[in-house]
Amino acid sequence: MSRWTEEYFIEKGLLLTAISSIIIIGLIIIFIFKEGIPAIQSYGFFNFVFGMNWSPSEGQYGVFPMIIGSLGITLLSLLMAVPLGLLCAIFLAEVAPARMRKVLNPTLQTLAGIPSVVYGFFGLILLVPFMRAQFGGTGFSMFTASVILTVMILPIIVSVSEDALRSIPHEYKEASLALGATHWQTIKNVIFPAAIPGVITSVILGMGRAVGETLAIIMVAGNVVQIPGSIFDPVRALTSNIAIEMGYATGIHYNALFATGIVLIFMIIVLLIIANYLHYKKKVTIGGGYL
Amino acid sequence: MYRIIPPKIAQKIMNSIFWASGILTILILVVVIGYVLFKGLPFVSLEFLFSDPIDSGRAGGIFPMIMSSIYVTLIALLLAAPLGVGAAVFLAEYAGENRTVKLIRFGAETLSSIPSIVFGLFGLAFFVVYLGLGWSVLSGGLTLALMALPTVLAASEVSVESINKSYSEGSLALGATKWQTIYKVVIPAAIPGITTGIILGMARAIAEAAAVMYTVGAALLIPTSLMDPARPLPLHLYLLATEGISMDNAWATAAVLVILILIITVSTNTLVDRYRKKMMGR
Repeated sequence: MSRWTEEYFIEKGLLLTAISSIIIIGLIIIFIFKEGIPAIQSYGFFNFVFGMNWSPSEGQYGVFPMIIGSLGITLLSLLMAVPLGLLCAIFLAEVAPARMRKVLNPTLQTLAGIPSVVYGFFGLILLVPFMRAQFGGTGFSMFTASVILTVMILPIIVSVSEDALRSIPHEYKEASLALGATHWQTIKNVIFPAAIPGVITSVILGMGRAVGETLAIIMVAGNVVQIPGSIFDPVRALTSNIAIEMGYATGIHYNALFATGIVLIFMIIVLLIIANYLHYKKKVTIGGGYL
Repeated sequence: MYRIIPPKIAQKIMNSIFWASGILTILILVVVIGYVLFKGLPFVSLEFLFSDPIDSGRAGGIFPMIMSSIYVTLIALLLAAPLGVGAAVFLAEYAGENRTVKLIRFGAETLSSIPSIVFGLFGLAFFVVYLGLGWSVLSGGLTLALMALPTVLAASEVSVESINKSYSEGSLALGATKWQTIYKVVIPAAIPGITTGIILGMARAIAEAAAVMYTVGAALLIPTSLMDPARPLPLHLYLLATEGISMDNAWATAAVLVILILIITVSTNTLVDRYRKKMMGR
């Protein structure tokens, strides 16, 4: 084989490995839709997405309470993780001495790497009884799940935001300080506003992780299919619904669980489109994930 | 607010809030890891690590689960590493900024944010049912490969891209072809970053339970072939805890998982540190 043909085939081979992600995404979408569409067709799109009642034994497949459950848990955990995460990111990018960074960075990597079942188990044994004692009820609730999720999404929010804060040109900061602003005034009025696209990206990525989390939520959220009256009520997330019932689902029930997967894919794609619209180029890899 | 509070005092207040948030994060990790190890380590012994479970995990050890985790992770890496590194080299060295590349990036990003349970559903529909691989080590490993792929790709791409352009220019100037340059110059220089990417992909595969729940089965025996069902460690922990089989063994399994993750984090950091020192030394 001549040099030229060898080069040609290698380039095409590498192109093939590169498009494998697209092929995989395509296959995932085809197979999830292929199995999920029959349920939506036979039960009706509107009844499926906005139906309030999920009871497979009676042929009821409404996922609306679980959409609310997933969104509720996600928003509640963002309420806690975003402030803490941003403070932490500013701390790492602007305030922390090198020695502190050397401790905090591996800490975040480890937090990101700990398996979700370990968090779930930790929550089940420690957090659930604590919540029961503090707030009454069973202790399994939307709030308990969101506390666990807060810890799980914190590393993503911190690392992507920190990256955004660091990428602000030095001149901005120096100009502000030279005008007599304090460091905090500079952070608040110059650095942070300039880093906003990256910060929003970090929040969206955290949201994606929260919507997709499964087993940790099953272990602490109570999994009752209902629209919660308060944050201390048990809820079921879309992901949990699939994991709990797939073990024994047959027929249209099986298809309905794949249809639940379609709802999840749809949510993730909306988040990704928003993230892409922000044009923030992120190149952070930590812990177990690609952020 | 800042009009009422003098700037210098605001500065001090904010500094303590920043420090508090950093310390709180460290405390969270210390509490989680400390508690898991405190509850689990007393039950971890050589016997626990190297014996079979008795009575579905009420007693006995976790040896088959360790072997299951090793097998599914190996299969995942055997597929994800070549695909991820190949794609990274293509994106960093061959591709410009055209529509195909944008599509490939979007594909990898989407892949990295798809929920693990959706990977599980896909694995069930595609590998287990459509390809007829059944609940097996192979189905589970292939499903995990898809999850690990974007992790390997992203870290390798960053690493290949960061190689000083003068290296490859030197090689090309000497008459080497593009592939010879990549193979003999760029990839060797990028190896530490590529290794880190592969280790991160491994971490993701080892920690995953939702994606293997309905692809790998839940067998308690050591798998002897690719087509045997198995039960990786995180899945074992999940079943022990949710079915209330044995809390002591669940803590011990959690401790083993946490130690594995700690080893992975420490080794990637050492690798990156050493690499950075080497590059700065030149």
